[in-house]
Amino acid sequence: MIAEAGHYALVLALGLALIQSTVPLIGARWRDSALMNVARSAALAQLLFVAASFAALVTLHVTSDFSVVNVFENSHSLKPLIYKITGVWGNHEGSMLLWVSILALFGGMVAAFGNNLPLSLRAHVLAVQAWIASAFYLFILLTSNPFLRIADPPIEGRDLNPVLQDIGLAVHPPMLYLGYVGFSISFSFAVAALIEGRIDAAWARWVRPWTLVAWIFLTLGIAMGSYWAYYELGWGGWWFWDPVENASLMPWLAGTALLHSLVVMEKRNALKVWTILLSILAFSLSLLGTFLVRSGVLTSVHAFATDPTRGVFILLILCIFIGGSLSLYAWRASALKQGGLFAPVSREGALVLNNLFLTTACATVFIGTLYPLALEVLTGEKISVGAPFFNLTFGPLFVPLLIAVPFGPMLAWKRGDLLGAAQRLMGAGIAALIALAVLWAWTFGGSAIAPLAIALAVFVIAGALTDLAERTGLFRVPFAASVQRARGMPRSSWGTVLAHAGVGVALIGIVCETTWNTEYIGSMRPDDVAIVAGYQLRLDGLTQQQGPNYREMMARFTVSRDGERLSVMTPSKRNFTTRGATTTEAALLTQGASQLYISLGETTADGAIAVRIYHKPMVLLIWFGPVLMAFGGMLSLSDRRLRVGAPKPAKALRGLQAAE
Amino acid sequence: MKRILAGAFAIAVMIGGSAAYAVQPDEIMSDPVKEARARDLSRELRCMVCQNQSIDDSEAPLARDLRLLVRERISAGDSDAQVIDFLVARYGEFVLLKPRLEPHTLLLWLLPPIALAGGGLALWLNWRRRSKSARAEDPALFKLTAEEEARLERLIARETSPDPRA
Repeated sequence: MIAEAGHYALVLALGLALIQSTVPLIGARWRDSALMNVARSAALAQLLFVAASFAALVTLHVTSDFSVVNVFENSHSLKPLIYKITGVWGNHEGSMLLWVSILALFGGMVAAFGNNLPLSLRAHVLAVQAWIASAFYLFILLTSNPFLRIADPPIEGRDLNPVLQDIGLAVHPPMLYLGYVGFSISFSFAVAALIEGRIDAAWARWVRPWTLVAWIFLTLGIAMGSYWAYYELGWGGWWFWDPVENASLMPWLAGTALLHSLVVMEKRNALKVWTILLSILAFSLSLLGTFLVRSGVLTSVHAFATDPTRGVFILLILCIFIGGSLSLYAWRASALKQGGLFAPVSREGALVLNNLFLTTACATVFIGTLYPLALEVLTGEKISVGAPFFNLTFGPLFVPLLIAVPFGPMLAWKRGDLLGAAQRLMGAGIAALIALAVLWAWTFGGSAIAPLAIALAVFVIAGALTDLAERTGLFRVPFAASVQRARGMPRSSWGTVLAHAGVGVALIGIVCETTWNTEYIGSMRPDDVAIVAGYQLRLDGLTQQQGPNYREMMARFTVSRDGERLSVMTPSKRNFTTRGATTTEAALLTQGASQLYISLGETTADGAIAVRIYHKPMVLLIWFGPVLMAFGGMLSLSDRRLRVGAPKPAKALRGLQAAE
Repeated sequence: MKRILAGAFAIAVMIGGSAAYAVQPDEIMSDPVKEARARDLSRELRCMVCQNQSIDDSEAPLARDLRLLVRERISAGDSDAQVIDFLVARYGEFVLLKPRLEPHTLLLWLLPPIALAGGGLALWLNWRRRSKSARAEDPALFKLTAEEEARLERLIARETSPDPRA
């Protein structure tokens, strides 16, 4: 009953989406505000029905209704409740349902909070949202229905893939999808602007908060996923240049570029055509990511060819939306008037430079990810493109970008003074040089590149702090006055400072982890001691225990330094009986921003166990940086200027006052 | 971020039941210099049955065979290039995570720099065209009229005089 209700709710959502994708457009053509307002109620009703459908699937998983194929294949009655819930999106069908739920959520939010939008713009935006939604509802209903029943219900389910039975699954995919799908709003706004043929600074102001929301979630989602991989997969890596990761990195790079070009558009009414293109690209890359992950094309081109229904369907959606929006762009973009002029050396110029490097970086990831697929399809030749390629091509693009980051906020709009900016950044430059000298002296004979990279990171962080000091007049006016100015500073300026500093912080983490990582691989018996980076790790012993749906072998290590006992670490290996699969649960010990990391291997016949121990210096900064960036984004989002949107007519304000 | 769902699936399916991890204690060479070379080489070589994993990271039995092979060649006195050549001769280009520059990978290597240079060029041309056309459209924008010049003179004179109200 619940499954059928969920299925039916999804069909109704499709019906509503079809109404929402046509009626408001007719309304806009006829200038009929009643028809245009259909978009709003349809979007809200659609959200209600998708939410009901999603709730139905969650209920089925929680109650372990194994008469539903999706539950049978991905759940087990003994699975802890949290994984019964997260297991809903730990599979293809469920994760597509999450995808459309979030799409409906964003549509509903535009409908609910978009009161300050012009009526016809809102109608167009919601109609475009509904096109996307209709396509994906059809995809789910025709190829990936999560509510299918089994004729002969089995007693027990097949359990969820053990790697996914982790808190990471609860957080990572929803966050990532909030980011991916969030870019659909900027896309819809861009297409709506192209249809209407009207775009101005106010448009940028309306789009910015939505783009910012998507970007914050995507940033956190990627960082969270990276940390999940780091502790769950058991070999201490945190970024693998895997196509699945690249699929999320590409929209992030395009989205970061979009955020910056939106600033130019809002403030100076320039870069309109380019901003529209970026909005289209950011969401197109999200769709591409969905295609890469969902079609099975990554596992093998042949796997895609043997079971093509899903892949071809998404490919079709991809072609229609990307092709359609780009054609519309080619047709209408020339009609948009170009805005304000600016000199190459100016705030706008710096933001354009940012866009150049970010989009090139995005293109590099795109080429590296898709080239092997294209080559295999076209010539049958198989090549691999992995981490060494990306490190060599992607890394260098960030050097000029990061050097330019501190200069951007120091330059004036329209025409900047590069020399003046350089003078103000003198302190940051000196800080970077000191860091360089100290590191070179300290790691004498070691890597030459690592200190340079850290100096660059210090420059970025110190540059962000210089920006803060400049704005608050620190050291120039009395301290109390600067505190006062800091309080009065727009939150979006705080956001810039924190986000830029976050980039530097992440870079320090990345460089330290990759350069000064210590590793110990060995066979250990109880009472053996391993010495890693000055820590003594004594294996106390091994114990077996039973978990809810797995058996676990746990090792106990006592960690000490200079004879002083610090802590106990308990890495383990879990054996999931239903699937016969094993996972390694690494043990982590945090010391400042550094971590000790232990993961277990095989036991040998003579009672020894293979152990891998790492000391990863400053590793936490890798994720602290993105968190700082996202926090900067949130501060920006809370800026009044963005919430207010376009200024309201004074009459409405007076009306409000009179009512009081 | 490793693995959104599908990634995790694919990997876990391929790992299957074996839970051995990457480099095993018994594989490690006694000479630390040679071992370090072996590790560096391993990071550039693909485990061919895995989805985008180097043999240094992979837990598959094939990856272990390849790691041992790399170490065997190194102990036999091969240079890094010779080890790579040996493996490519045996398993094909697919084993390299960083493809060599060859006719069929030319585009792969050249497109990123072309994208950067092309983007830079387009920006420069666009800027030049726009500033030129702006000047051609309205030359008056960039020149002051005689009256404006005089007003500017007066303003500057006032600024520089000791009493602004004089």
